[in-house]
Amino acid sequence: MAVTGPDNSALVGYVLSLGDDSLVAAQRLAEWIAASPQLEEDVAVGNIALDLLGQARSLLTYAGSLEDPPRTEDDLAYFRDERDFRSVHLVERANGDFGVTMARLLFLSSYHYELYARLQRSADETLAAIAAKAVKEVDYHRDHATMWVLRLGDGTELSHARMQAAVDAEWPYVEELFGNEHLDPALVESGVAVDPAELRGPWREYVAGVLAEATLTLPDVPPAVTGGRRGVHDEQMGYLLAEMQHLARSHPGATW
Amino acid sequence: MSDLQAGGGHGAVPVTGVPARGSAEESRRDWPLWEVFVRAKRGLNHVHVGSLHAPDAAMALRNARDLYTRRQEGVSLWVVPAASITASSPDEKDSFFDPAGDKIYRHPTFYDIPEGVEHL
Repeated sequence: MAVTGPDNSALVGYVLSLGDDSLVAAQRLAEWIAASPQLEEDVAVGNIALDLLGQARSLLTYAGSLEDPPRTEDDLAYFRDERDFRSVHLVERANGDFGVTMARLLFLSSYHYELYARLQRSADETLAAIAAKAVKEVDYHRDHATMWVLRLGDGTELSHARMQAAVDAEWPYVEELFGNEHLDPALVESGVAVDPAELRGPWREYVAGVLAEATLTLPDVPPAVTGGRRGVHDEQMGYLLAEMQHLARSHPGATW
Repeated sequence: MSDLQAGGGHGAVPVTGVPARGSAEESRRDWPLWEVFVRAKRGLNHVHVGSLHAPDAAMALRNARDLYTRRQEGVSLWVVPAASITASSPDEKDSFFDPAGDKIYRHPTFYDIPEGVEHL
């Protein structure tokens, strides 16, 4: 599907993949609101979810504006079906315990940090501006996840075991972040897009450092079979979309 | 050793002889209480804004950032363990504060202000 042309479809696909990751991650994180271990964590996770939602709004608005005819952020968030979403499986699977969410957030935010740090120098001015704002936000997300992984990993026997189990469970879904089959090489060559594959090294360096300090073992497990960038999603994605899209589809044009 | 602490910005609260409450309260007590101070901008003092629970100082600072600087209220944060604050007791209010009430000579109201001096 990676075709560069006057129809912008390659760029639209790239921007959608970035926006969908953030949108779906925000939706999953929001499930913790009023269900976190502590009130303070409700607010922290809520803040992070809202940061991601803000990034998703900017990215989807931009992607929609490139299309002909143009679509709005709401069109893209609420009226696309599952196969049209480009998000990775890491962010869309159902939540587990709090340790799973923090493992996922560590992996996602470390990827986001490396991504946006580079994308703020994109040849595409809109993407560069979105990335420049986002990089400060995801820096904080990474810090928050790091704090918790350190404390749970290097905590009690029980918290260590559960944090290790969470890291092991999420690890197979990391590799999909660095896949670049969906990406038109021309977008990378022209300096518009960041090749996800080049983020793998710095990502691993940071995450391995955190896991070591948290007395956790770097998992040695093969990548899961995924396909989010092609619109092939985990079975739990449908339930997430049903909840997210239900209101907008039941009451089209509703405002609140 | 005082048995009074600054309690969540609500003044001194007793910490001994308080009956234990339900299990949700029990789990919250695993995390100590921290008092939060925010400096709104350079040159101003840190001002007490409230309190929060956190497992340690580093997390308390981050929780304070999330709870009390969401709308750019500050440029600097302090967190202090509530247990480290020694508070005056409401019982001592009379002896502590009332004697200052009639010492009008402590206020700088007996000076003639020269004409033409502004901002006094």
